[in-house]
Amino acid sequence: MQQIFSPADYPDLLVGLGAPDDAAVWKVGEQRALVVTTDFFTPIVDDPYDYGAIAAANSLSDIYAMGAEPFLALNVAAIPPQLPPEIISEIFRGGAEKAKEAGVVIAGGHTVQDKEPKYGLVALGFAHADRFLTKSGMRTGDILFLSKPIGSGVITSAIKADKITHEEAIETIAWMKRLNRDASRLAMKYGACAATDITGFSLLGHAWEMASASGVGLQFHYDAIPFYPHAEKLALEWCFPGGGFDNAEHFGAYVKFAAEISQERQMLLFDPQTSGGLLFALPVDKAILCQQEALLSGIPLWQVGKVTQSKLIEVV
Amino acid sequence: MNIVDARGLSCPQPVILAQKAIVKGEFPIEVYVDTVTSRENVRRMAEKQGCKVEIVQQDDEFKLVLTR
Repeated sequence: MQQIFSPADYPDLLVGLGAPDDAAVWKVGEQRALVVTTDFFTPIVDDPYDYGAIAAANSLSDIYAMGAEPFLALNVAAIPPQLPPEIISEIFRGGAEKAKEAGVVIAGGHTVQDKEPKYGLVALGFAHADRFLTKSGMRTGDILFLSKPIGSGVITSAIKADKITHEEAIETIAWMKRLNRDASRLAMKYGACAATDITGFSLLGHAWEMASASGVGLQFHYDAIPFYPHAEKLALEWCFPGGGFDNAEHFGAYVKFAAEISQERQMLLFDPQTSGGLLFALPVDKAILCQQEALLSGIPLWQVGKVTQSKLIEVV
Repeated sequence: MNIVDARGLSCPQPVILAQKAIVKGEFPIEVYVDTVTSRENVRRMAEKQGCKVEIVQQDDEFKLVLTR
């Protein structure tokens, strides 16, 4: 893009043409910046309502990952002509009700015909012009927080392969539908230095993006990382989606695992996530206060590691 | 010799079947798949499990020979 768009021509574009991030940020006033993102994907669960809700939560997550509040969205969809109208309306209803929960209005959109359904949102949010979260800015000694468990790629693969029942996947589906709003607000309140949301590149892939953007290393404690029910059992059967192998190949060189962490557990940390949690870093003193508030308010949050000087991802 | 026919199956099924054969431990194992994605996923899983993988293309299909 930089061959066509020169950053110097767009002084109000605060995030976009430089290092890749979760959303573009455009300064619209002294205090305010507009945050813009889009995301859509093919069905990952059988229920059309859940699919719509997960796709919407996933699109809005990029706004939350920037420490911004979404307010406006448009539907983006591809629908096979033979899909029954009641299925189509369930997908849109799932997306719309999730948007409403987030305080976002869906003001239109665009639908095309395609062989396989696709759905997602274009989402807009507002951030403070000087205070939003990018992938860079983590400092050595900061504590790492994660707001959702890991393993949704394994679970959705298992659903497709009929290796688990709908009932066994219900908890994971509920997590994928969950907004990252509370985690984003906590991160902002306690002065997070950097954040991203965990999606297709897996926990370790996105962690590496943050580490390299910040010029630091990260150390994860395997036992502190939360997993969805059945994910570890399915990992032992190597029920991984193809993207997990791509992630392991692409990011493996930047990750050092302790000897006792098995191949299956390593692969689980490369599992591509759908609508995953926020990963953010806080200084130690703020981390204690943040964890306390999360506990008192019932906001799910796990301390999964810390920022180091090593310039590499370690899992111990 | 152990044969895993995973043609017509989509991932993760071929990986799961190949993994079961590795656990059984009767090498060499021949795994038949019919997509590049399955071929690559089985290959990477097997290599991570410490197997040597030889790939033979037969028309639109692939045979992976796993040894240890």
